[in-house]
Formats: sequence, C-alpha cells, structure tokens
Amino acid sequence: MTNHWIDIRNADVVLMMGANPAENHPVSFKYVLEAKDRGATLISVDPRFTRTSAKADIYAPLRSGTDIPFLGGMIRYILENNLYFDEYVRHYTNASFLVSDDFQMPGELDGLFSGYNAEKRNYDKASWSFQRNEDGTPKTDPSLQDPRCVFQLMKKHFSRYTPEVVSDITGTPQDQLLKVYEAYAATGKRDKVATILYAMGWTQHTVGTQNIRAMAMIQLLLGNVGMAGGGVNALRGESNVQGSTDYGLLFHILPGYLPTPNAGQPDLAAYIAAHTPKTNDPQSANWWGNRGKYITSLLRATYDQSLTAEEGFGYDLMPKLDLGQNGSWLMLFDRMHKGGIKGFFAWGQNPACSGSNAGKVREALAKLDWMVTANLFDNETASFWKGPGVDPSKIDTEVFFLPAAVSFEKEGSVTNSGRWAQWRYEAAKPLGNSRPDLEMINDLQFRVRRLYQAEGGAFPEPILKLSWNYGFKMPDGSIPHIDVHAVAKEINGYFLEDKEIAGKLYKKGDPVPGFALLQADGSTSSGNWLYCNSYADKGNLMARRGKNDPSGMGLYPEWAWCWPVNRRIIYNRAAVDMNGKPWDAKRPVVWWTGNGWAGDVPDGPWKPMSDAEGKKPFIMNADGVANLFAPGLNEGPFPEHYEALECPLDKNPLHSERINPTIRLFSAGAVGEDVDAYYSCDQRYPYVATTYRVTEHWQTGVMTRNTPWLLELQPSNFVELSVELGQEKGIKSGDWCVVSSGRGQVEAVAVVTRRFRPFKVQGMTIHQVGLPYHYGWHTPKAGDSANLLTPTVGDANTMIPETKAFMVNIEKKRG
Amino acid sequence: MARKAFLIDMSRCIACRSCQVACKQWNKLEPEATVNRGSYENPPQLTPQLYNQIQFIEQGQGDELRWLFMNQRCMHCGDAGCIKVCPSAGALYHTPEGMVAFNQDKCIECHYCVNGCPFDVPRYDRKKKVTKCHACVDRIANGLVPACVKACPTQTLRFGDRDALIAEAKAAGKTVYGESELKGLGAVYILEDAPQTYNLPAKPAIPASIFLWKDVIKPLGILGFWGAMGAALLHYVTFGPKKLDEYGRRHDDDLNPPEKGA
Repeated sequence: MTNHWIDIRNADVVLMMGANPAENHPVSFKYVLEAKDRGATLISVDPRFTRTSAKADIYAPLRSGTDIPFLGGMIRYILENNLYFDEYVRHYTNASFLVSDDFQMPGELDGLFSGYNAEKRNYDKASWSFQRNEDGTPKTDPSLQDPRCVFQLMKKHFSRYTPEVVSDITGTPQDQLLKVYEAYAATGKRDKVATILYAMGWTQHTVGTQNIRAMAMIQLLLGNVGMAGGGVNALRGESNVQGSTDYGLLFHILPGYLPTPNAGQPDLAAYIAAHTPKTNDPQSANWWGNRGKYITSLLRATYDQSLTAEEGFGYDLMPKLDLGQNGSWLMLFDRMHKGGIKGFFAWGQNPACSGSNAGKVREALAKLDWMVTANLFDNETASFWKGPGVDPSKIDTEVFFLPAAVSFEKEGSVTNSGRWAQWRYEAAKPLGNSRPDLEMINDLQFRVRRLYQAEGGAFPEPILKLSWNYGFKMPDGSIPHIDVHAVAKEINGYFLEDKEIAGKLYKKGDPVPGFALLQADGSTSSGNWLYCNSYADKGNLMARRGKNDPSGMGLYPEWAWCWPVNRRIIYNRAAVDMNGKPWDAKRPVVWWTGNGWAGDVPDGPWKPMSDAEGKKPFIMNADGVANLFAPGLNEGPFPEHYEALECPLDKNPLHSERINPTIRLFSAGAVGEDVDAYYSCDQRYPYVATTYRVTEHWQTGVMTRNTPWLLELQPSNFVELSVELGQEKGIKSGDWCVVSSGRGQVEAVAVVTRRFRPFKVQGMTIHQVGLPYHYGWHTPKAGDSANLLTPTVGDANTMIPETKAFMVNIEKKRG
Repeated sequence: MARKAFLIDMSRCIACRSCQVACKQWNKLEPEATVNRGSYENPPQLTPQLYNQIQFIEQGQGDELRWLFMNQRCMHCGDAGCIKVCPSAGALYHTPEGMVAFNQDKCIECHYCVNGCPFDVPRYDRKKKVTKCHACVDRIANGLVPACVKACPTQTLRFGDRDALIAEAKAAGKTVYGESELKGLGAVYILEDAPQTYNLPAKPAIPASIFLWKDVIKPLGILGFWGAMGAALLHYVTFGPKKLDEYGRRHDDDLNPPEKGA
C-alpha cells in the first residue's frame, strides 16, 4: 500500500477490483464503510457478485482476464473528456517527455511494441526510451502537444479502447462500464480523491503487472497518488506478507528491495554501478543513488565485520544468480519435477495445495531425496507420500516434520499491508514440542556451521563468516536461546566505528537513527535499510501504542512504526502544489510552512518544487516524476490487452497476438500429453474458471480446516455457477460436480447462483465458474485443491501463476 | 438499570460470520458436522450449538440483484412469549439489563417456550434443556459487550443503552424494527427492506394459543389444582382416610395389575 488501512475512510470513491475485501480482508470494511458513511461511492468490479459487491453502490461484472481493456477504457474516458488533473500530470509525471522516434505501438504493429524478438519471446527495449538532452535530462514538451510526447502517445494508444470495443471484450454491459468510469473519473479534481483496493485478482494473471500499471496510470492522471484517501493499495493476503517481501522473501531481491546480485556483477563496485541510477536534474532526489550505502550496510550486518573493503565486505560470499536465471516458484517446481532439486524446506507452506498445477507439484515432491516441513498441522504436502493415487512404497523422499509455534506463541514484528511494523508478544507458550521458527533457524544455523567446521566441504566461508550475534553465547559459541530483540536491532543497524556526521558524533555501537545516515564505507550496518529507524536511539518504535492523531485523518504517527521513517503515506510530496500547498485543503497530508514541512513525515526534507533547491516528488525514480510511460516492464511501456493463456477466444479481438507475447511457455506444444499442457479454445474445456478465497477459510486451509468451528461454516469444496449454466448442464444447487481442466479434476458441491451471469462477448455467450482453493484431501469429505486445475504459467514480469483465468469443464458427478 | 439492547444494522453486515464463531468460542459451543447444500449458509438454522446465524438472502437478478444478510438470534422481547409460557419460574427470565436469559437447572424440559416464541428461537440441547442466545449474560453483567458484538468488524452489531441506540439510529434517518413490538425487542434492527424480506414477521406477536394457555387455561388449571386439593381435603374431613383392604394393598394398585405369567 502507498497508503494504509485506516486511510481508506478518507476516500470519495473506493474501487474494489481484483479484490474482494469484504470477504478476504473483512477488517478493512470497517474503513470502507466509514468512507461510505462520509458519502463515498463504493464500486465493485468482479466476474462474480461477491459479499463486497453486496455492499457496493455500483457493481460491474467482467470476464476474468480482461482488466486491461476495462481500465484502458477508463484511461481513454479520462483523456477524451479532459477529466485528468492537468497540473499534477504536467509537473509530477513524465507526460511531457518526448519518446524516441523509433518507438512504435500495438496499434501500428498489430499487437506488438517495437523491438519484438519472436524467437526469444522478448523485446529489445532500445526504442522504448526518451529523447534526451546532452546532459542526459529528457527532452520535454510542457504543452503536451508534441505527437511524440508521452501524453499524446498514451492518448493514441488508448483511443482504441472505446466503450463498444471494451464491452465486447470484457462482457461488461456498456451502461455499467460508463457508470464506473463516470464515478471514478470525477476524482480528477484537486479536492476529490479515489482509492483502489486490489489483491490477487489482479496479480495472478499473465498480464498481472500490467493490470496494476494501468490502474497506477489512472491514479496519476487523476492526481490521486500521495493524497489522503488515494494511492494504489495492494491488500496483502497474509498478516506479514508485506514484511516477508520487505525482507527479501523473493528470489530476485535482498532485504530492502535491493536486487539479488548476479554472475555479471563480480564485485561490489560492479553491483553498485549496475544498480545506482544517475541524473543530472538538480531537482531530482534520485534516492536509489544511495544504493551503495544500503548494500554495504546489509553486507556489514550479514557477514563477519573483520571482512574489509578490499574483500567487498563479504560480497563474494553472497549467493548470485546465473545470468538470466529465474528462481521463481514455477521455475523451482519445474526443476524439482525434472529431478534437479535434492532437498526442500516447505516452511509454513503447503505447496501440494497452494501451487498452481498442484498435480505437478505433488509429482515433483516425489522426486526429492528429502523434504522438511515446518507447520502447525499435518497437511497435504507433509503427507504427499500417502495422498490420493500415491503408493507410499514407491516414494523415496524422506520427510521430516517440524512442529511450529503459532504467531501468538512467539514475540516479534509483523508488517501489515499499510507498511506498519507492529511488535507482538508471546501470548501463550508454544504447545508441546512446537517451537518458534526463529529458534529452529538458530539451531539449524549452528548445526550446519558445526558440520562445515568439522568437515570443511566446498566453499564453507558463506556459513563460517556469517555474523550471528543474537544473544548470550555458550563457551562453544552457540546461542541456546536466540534473542529476537537482537535481530530487530541489527535490522535497524549500528555504527561500527565512531563517526562524525554533520557535526554530530555517533559512537561505535550506537544504533543508526535513520537510513539517511547509513554509509557506503563500511562504517554502518543495517539488515534492512527500510527498517532503519525502527529500533534506534528512541528504542523499539514498533512496540508503540500511542493513539494521538494530530492530523485527524487517522495517521496515528505514534502507533507502532511505519517504513520508511514512519511516513504513513508515501509520495506525499505529490499531495501539494509546486509551492507546498495541499491540493486538498480539507485533507492535507503535508504542507510547507515557509521553513519546513508539517503533517506526515514528508518524502524528503527539501523545499517545494517551485524553489530552485526544491525536489520533484517521485524520489525513487531517477527523473523525479511518476512514469505514465514505463519502459522497465517486459511486455511494453503501456498496458495492452492480451488474453489469458487459456481463454475462450481463438483470437484477440484487438489484434493478432492472442496471449502476452513475453510470457514463458512451459509446454512444448499447445495441446499434448505433457504435464504443463494448456487447452485454449478447446471444446473439452469450454468454461472460464477462476479461483478465490472465502472469509471462512485461509489460504490452503491448513489452519482453518483444522478449526472445526470454521469448517462448520464452509465444510467442503464448492463451485459457483450461473443459473443459466446450471440449466444447460442439469446441475442443481447442492449437487456434487466434477470440475476438470487439462491438468486434473476436483469434486465440488454446486452453488448455482444468480451472482454469476453469462457474459456476452464477441457475439458469444461465455460462462464462468469459480472455486475456492482452500480444501485438500487431508480433511475428510472436503474435496481436493482447486489448484489441481490451474495452469503452469506466470506473469511476464513476476512469474506469479495465472490462477484467476483458465478453462475448465463441469459435469454433474455420476453415481 | 436502563434497558440494554442490540442494535443490528444489516446494511453494514458483510456476512463474515465472526458473530457466529465468536459466540461459539465464548459460550464453548460444540462444532457441528455440516454439509454444503448449495449455499454459504451453514448451519442451516439455529441449533442448540448455534445461538446466532447469518442468513444469506439472494434477491432479484441481473442489475437488480441483491445479496442481503440477516443475523438471526433471540430477539430478547420485552413481552417474551417464552417467559410467559414457561411453567417453571426462573427457567427463562429477564436479566437486569432486560435481556432474556435462561437457567437450565430450572428447565423442566416441557418445550412450551418453543411454541411460545414468535421467532422460532429456543432450542433444546443434548441434556434436553432449553438453550439460546442469552446476550452473554456473564459478559454484560461485568460491563463487557456480548462476544458477537466484540468480534463484529463493521459495527453491524452494537450493544448498549436501548433508548440511546434507537435515538441514534433515528437521528441518522434509519427506520428500526422492534422498537415497540412486544413491548420493544432487545434486538432492534436496521433493515434495508421490509421485514418479510429478512424472514421476519411484519408484526410479531406471541401465538394466540399462548394467551389461551397463559391467561385462561393455566389460571384455570391452577384454580383446578387447588380446587381438587380443596375437594380432597373436604373428602378426607368428611369420609376420613382411605382404608387398606385386607391384603394391605390400596385400591389404586389394581390399576397396575401384575403382568400375565408373573
């Protein structure tokens, strides 16, 4: 989230699309309804009428996988009707930048941008660039009239997304489409603001990143980013998934969103050079210009501090990706399926149910030598060797089960979607032999270390030189009980030597008060620069529970701690005009008092932009402004509609590229015997399907299926379908059905409902069904995972699997 | 003590069913094995182990489609049919807050309350004793709100001073259900449509048969009982005690002749 949960109440329009917050984030609805109490319009866009739709003022259905046409149509509506926030767009975005003359768009190239390489399924992005002056700054046309400026190109690109065209792709009736556009676009005024709440309904598509890009563009055109009640807000699906992303859970990032080093960056200097953007614009803060300080401080926190600058502070010890290597989920399990992975820690997860194409995942687990599962309950992954259709005598994988403590049985921080790191305490002792994850990792570290000490082995240094000073040490160096506060303090970071900065002396061992003081010379450590300031000179700020709200807008600056540096709304310098005056006087986030900023912690201390020393508001971009034209993504600088890998149309209604031209195809052929086969426009699988969650269960249900009170509410797998499809297939509510895809089948109880309705698309009637993915064979009579149906294919940028749009068949269960 | 009440605003309900689960947790009610019957609604109705339940009501179609939610529970009537009909004093009673609670030790398992309730609320548990929502008597007596209210994330469920809650709802322009019916319900609703849409009676009333029982037959019965006692006393005084026959058995024992062959 750029903003935070409470801030939803400040919005004038709340768009819930690609998310179902009433069901999956019920507490958020406290704030959604508070917005409604203030007179806000609630909009729900979803293939299915959900519990969120039930509370919305406007509901619009759309066929799964067609969000870009829906949003592209809104961009066109905003531009054609001049509803954008002109001053914001001119000054705070790259709308005025001139794009290279070589750049061409899908309207000209039948669905492709310039630079496509069909063989490699990727783009040479050379033409997706700006015309630049000699000093490297971009050439601009402040009047926004030049046909090569971003604004005009954007207008031309989206002019193709007329309501007629959009409606014929999405299946959304035109009047509802326009109702949404009208309500949302009305917030392009300086004192109106709209927020978008999205979740996996946008990300889990082969065009997931571009779905969000399209919405970010709308928020920029309407001047809604940085504002109270605005922003682009991802509703995270687990209590601490924001925290785990912040700490480098994913393969391509280290803590603090520092890119994982690769084989092409042999030393620290090369890494820093590759990842430190430059600018000659005096008004650009170019915050990533500080990259060297952050990676160096991370290395100082990670490895033995005896390592010197000449040794890269341990950079050589850091694992590196091969050039072009992708270590995402689908790739890992593909490799495991091919026998390329020996051992696997399934830590707090249940891939046998959560993984897309779960049948492939289950086969892959059988090819491991060993697997360790750390979980609260036995589950389909830990017991895959005795699952349906599996002969335990033929499984060689050795499985270890580590019983884990529940979140309430351990102390530590949890970071929510609004970036608040909140400290929590042990409410009860762990049950039986179960242990907190941190204790297990501590033990594991010492055992592996001892093995390396005793046996040497290949490349022992990354383990032997790991710094591990998290508590009282025994004579042999081991730590019997790891101290979570010591970990949190190291994440914040220390001065490693006496250092004078701006006239102030910081002593060796002092905590670093904020990331602006982190150093590139090795004199500071920080396990995650974003969290520097969370546990510093003023103690553990994450443990704060102050209820003061001087803003009156729910910022609560003394409640817990928020990254970065307790800034509650990021990009908040875009909430003011060039002189530092709030666009919206009723909902000021920050304002310039003449000699400083007041309100929320501002996005940097510099003067407002009208001052020569002032800075532009989007400080993480080298040009200082937000990207309406974003050359970094793989499928193009503007979002373009491509159908899902499996879809009911044999042709993209807009052009000749049916699917995203840059996705990785796992299957050799379109239809075949292999485990990754996909079946688009195939009579055997004529219905669009999507998966989702319900309020009553969580993720694959390992916790909730083992909570009988919750199982009572939603006892088994179900499939929702329209009354019309029910009639066509002779299926009544309550009938057990078999839902099948090219990869597997599951049994589910039919919920025949008017909340699903057939879509009219391209002169056809298209039916869609939906299933939750909460169930698994381990729970008697509950049915198995809906992920047995979902495909092995991911987004072209993130590789998140496309589980929100695929093709199935449904039949009433015989016998 | 000023009368307390639930104010239940169905326009705020997202059917998350935290109320159902929180109630079961606080009151230590057992989970039940259910099946999906083609609906989210489960269990299908109130049970001895389920004191409040969300009903899912699908209405209309296409653009007119509505999905309404209803929190069904004991209405804690001011004029409570269950109390009225209960022959065992104290088995069902009004708490000082005005809520209708029960004491299973005094329940005589007669099931009259089931018929006396206009809302089909009381259930009998495995011990054959009455059970239903009691507004968490143990919580409210200690100044806490009922468990369902505590768990509700959207302020659909509120609990407090009845007059104040109703006044607040009216000030916000809402119409309330249950303000004066049955001397005022202890569960007052804000609905988005007619009560019947939510499976509620438009004009709830205690079944007429109950009045017959409570106001006619029961008093008559009591009269009849004492009348019979009086007659017996008169008989005793007049004719003296019943004499035993020559085998030492009372005459009544003939009503239970020994079984054949015994």
